[in-house]
Amino acid sequence: MWFYALKRTGLALVIVSVAILLLFSLLHLIPGDPVSIALGPRATPEIIERYEEKMHLNDPLVIQFFIFLSNALTGDLGVDVFSERSVARIVGEQLPYTLVLAVVGLGWAVLLGIPLGCLSAVRPHSLLDRITGVISVGTIAVPSFLVSIWALLIFAIHLNWMPVIGAGEPDDLLDQIHHLILPAFAIGLGWVGYLARLVRASMLEVMGENYIRAARSFGLPQRMVIYRYALKVAILPTITLIGIGFGHLLAGAVYAEIIFARPGVGKLIYDMVMSRNFPVIQGAVLITTAMYVFITLIADLIVAWIDPRVRESLQ
Amino acid sequence: MSEKASNKDDKVVSAERAYSKRREAIQLFFSNTQGVVGLILVILFFASALFAPLIAPYDPYQMDIPQRLSGPTRAHIAGTDQLGRDTFSRVLYGGRVALKIAAIGVSIAFSVGLLLGMIAGYGPRWLDNTLILVFDTIRAFPTIVMALAAVALTGPSMELVMIIVIVIAIPGFGRLARTNTLAIKNHEFITAERSLGAPPVTILLRHVMPNVIGPLLILAAMDVPVVITIEAGLSFLGLGVLPPTASWGTILNEGYLVIRDTPWPVIAGGIPLVLTTLGFTFLGEALRDVFDPKLRKDK
Repeated sequence: MWFYALKRTGLALVIVSVAILLLFSLLHLIPGDPVSIALGPRATPEIIERYEEKMHLNDPLVIQFFIFLSNALTGDLGVDVFSERSVARIVGEQLPYTLVLAVVGLGWAVLLGIPLGCLSAVRPHSLLDRITGVISVGTIAVPSFLVSIWALLIFAIHLNWMPVIGAGEPDDLLDQIHHLILPAFAIGLGWVGYLARLVRASMLEVMGENYIRAARSFGLPQRMVIYRYALKVAILPTITLIGIGFGHLLAGAVYAEIIFARPGVGKLIYDMVMSRNFPVIQGAVLITTAMYVFITLIADLIVAWIDPRVRESLQ
Repeated sequence: MSEKASNKDDKVVSAERAYSKRREAIQLFFSNTQGVVGLILVILFFASALFAPLIAPYDPYQMDIPQRLSGPTRAHIAGTDQLGRDTFSRVLYGGRVALKIAAIGVSIAFSVGLLLGMIAGYGPRWLDNTLILVFDTIRAFPTIVMALAAVALTGPSMELVMIIVIVIAIPGFGRLARTNTLAIKNHEFITAERSLGAPPVTILLRHVMPNVIGPLLILAAMDVPVVITIEAGLSFLGLGVLPPTASWGTILNEGYLVIRDTPWPVIAGGIPLVLTTLGFTFLGEALRDVFDPKLRKDK
């Protein structure tokens, strides 16, 4: 287990380092002067000079990289050159919106998808199983940004049930929840199908195992066999998928945030791409990547910790 | 019977067997409703994209301001956009962009992934470990976010979309090719070739490749909708294919801006995306069921 955990953590660190390297190269690999790219054509000579000094642009590239790296590792992501505000703070302000959206979006998908998958595995080929199958394929086939657009069209514009844009009044929790419903619905919908399919397949596999047959032949009640013994094992691949799913949602929230004009890291990156504000893009992309890597790492470690088979196969 | 004749008989028998196997596979495929629906949708996608200039009732770039934002009418079956262009014609031409990106993107990713995967599986251990690390690293990135960063640098273009799509798709093909290469690497026929002195390149291209390529083709079918969705998504954000080029993403983008005035562009721009995704997913799953019973989902 320790060997695996070390190896997996090492991989995560490598990925984050590659990300840092890529983001560092962002300003240096492309042709042109990094200052004018970072500051844009509007910069005055004074701003340029100050920026060069602040960003150590007159030092050798290797030194610059290590400064960038050590700053990034200590949480200093630089300063937005126009507003003079710390990038870490700018991203930090937007992060909670994205996290809430991703948690709620994946949360309702888990709460609905896992029971659906379970029930259809317990009674394969029943009506419920067929309906679940159709729902799964149907929801997987519609890309999440399209779900967002269509949900906006139907529920906000046509039926007028939901607010169209924004995240709601800051002090009004109910209003915020009201604003959260559509985006969370839109980004979670595809995952209902994924999760239901995965749980169903893995449940059916587990239900054929000897220890389940043994538990049954001992006369244990069906409910206990299914939920106490089968689900416990069948849920493992789902944990991996939830880890990946959460990371995907974190990144995929870009679409929902833009379409519903919600604040969040995705919207922030998009706006900064549009205004070509590179220091903020660097910081926001780095934080998103690091969180994504961290979450998938945790999911993999949990699975290895719960499931001895995974541990052994990896050694 | 002479030895020669019996050899010939063997050949005839094995050819017959291969033929009946193929017929069985075709029968199995056509008894799969999902597979047939998928095949029809995929053919529709190809045909509508290839023959768009023949089918489209209007020039997709021809403006008709007085007719702007109309709903479906007899003249414009999917309505018109904010410039009075015929949405149905634009959707058909958008299919050409999707087809181009999918065809080029998937085939390059397929070839590179196949090659790297076979090298990883057949080559020395350190090379294998390095390639696996590269694949895993690419897969561990949040793709949309990295794509946004890349667009920020170079500005949006179709070439960039293509590169993003290829980089994202390579690890899947590479991993699969590697696993399959590892599985047959120590089979007798490979060992025999090796001991006869065949160079690694010959072994990989002549003997390994035909045996690992099948599952990769299924993956290719399943990757097409992924690629098309990425293109549409980036173009929707205004970071991929740019207006006035008609792509499903730009139709959705322009439709989103006028969504309060007319729902038709976002409906018409989205439906082909859903149908194509369904088609390739159904087709890929049916092919997997037919050719790879080991991977078959419980039925």
